[in-house]
Amino acid sequence: MEIFELGKIGLLIGFLLVIVGFWGVLQQKNIIKIIVSFTILNTGINLVMVALGYVKGRTAPIIDDSVEQIGNHNVLNAIVDPVPQALVLTAIVIGFGVTALLLAYAMKLFKAKKSLDINDFNDLKW
Amino acid sequence: MLRNLLIAIVLASFGFIFYNLYQSYEPQTELTGIAAHYAENGASEVGAANLVTAVVVSYRSFDTLGEITILFLTAAIISFFLKLSKEDEDKIITHRGTSEILQTASALLIPLIYLFGVYVFINGHITPGGGFQGGAIIASGVVLAIMANPNMTINHTVIIWVESISGVSVILIGVLGIILGGGFLDSTFTGYGLGEFGTIFSAGTIPVIYSLVGLKVGAEISNILNLYQKSQKEA
Amino acid sequence: MNNEIIYSVVAIGIGLLMVIMAVIAILNKKLSVAIIAAGVVSLFASVLFLLMSAPDVAMTEAAIGSGLSTLIFFYVLNKIKRQNA
Repeated sequence: MEIFELGKIGLLIGFLLVIVGFWGVLQQKNIIKIIVSFTILNTGINLVMVALGYVKGRTAPIIDDSVEQIGNHNVLNAIVDPVPQALVLTAIVIGFGVTALLLAYAMKLFKAKKSLDINDFNDLKW
Repeated sequence: MLRNLLIAIVLASFGFIFYNLYQSYEPQTELTGIAAHYAENGASEVGAANLVTAVVVSYRSFDTLGEITILFLTAAIISFFLKLSKEDEDKIITHRGTSEILQTASALLIPLIYLFGVYVFINGHITPGGGFQGGAIIASGVVLAIMANPNMTINHTVIIWVESISGVSVILIGVLGIILGGGFLDSTFTGYGLGEFGTIFSAGTIPVIYSLVGLKVGAEISNILNLYQKSQKEA
Repeated sequence: MNNEIIYSVVAIGIGLLMVIMAVIAILNKKLSVAIIAAGVVSLFASVLFLLMSAPDVAMTEAAIGSGLSTLIFFYVLNKIKRQNA
């Protein structure tokens, strides 16, 4: 069946999360809510990248006994693509750093104006 | 009104692009290009059973170096923003008392969590896991300690020293790769062999580098958490 | 081969929950509910990573994405609430 394919399902969910996260970033007015939407966007992009590396019916990119069972003694037929996984691994850790930095800015902004509404920060608006 | 309309247009165009991408996407059935090279030669060239670790620490180690640099920079900027004044630093705020169960359990569990984190990053080249995961697990141990005792302070000197020593050691091992191996951050030294495949002493310098990365990531995330905890003192 | 279909059904269920949780995170008025919902999205994402044969990514996402991020969000929320009072 066409729809029962993990790679395509992961891709679809990732795209939906990206759209929902983008909607939150554009539409919300509370700064904390914008940061929450940003983390959802981040998760969606990571899901899309891992889904692109998935190959149907294969196992994790670790060489052990499963290579003989699944791949018929050939590593090429046993594992999924390791490169997107390695990229997503670093992307998650950087995403944490970015979230922490955004929250530090949010705390500073709240201290300055006693408000979290993005419309109150209009100092550079004319 | 106009704003909502514009947002709807932006989202609709994104949805259109994503729909077309999704429709035309053909799941790959074969490993091609660079992935095929890594899969075929990873075991003989690098000697790590976990190919993700091989890519992160050996084939694309510049990525990892840049990544730990970014994390260090983030921690530095956050500590600049959340700096406390002198009188806030010495202030002690009273928290609601934590439960007996949490305190007893944390005394038992925290050493085990640290041990598990160390296990995860030492075995990063043979089992799933590695420096980033191990560092995050160590940081979760710190979180549990803070939850059990909200007034505890993390020794800042220890964190700074662990972080700098492991960061400098990664660079030094990388420079050693120029002298003994094929280039900067090369994990295999010529003439030393790779060790038996699938054992803990294998894969050249990968376990050493990943352990150092684990210590660095753990110290940095603990540092960020500590800064946020201390910022609660400021009224 | 059968495993693949079972995994796909589980993945569709988790995916629906994730999208619903993401919409809750954006529409709910209470900040604490939004933060918890975003944490749940990350936690389910780590299950999906595991289904898609990426155990390394799943470990990282479970520890960092759903654990530590949620914690620093609550630190900030707590501080803002105390400054408001």
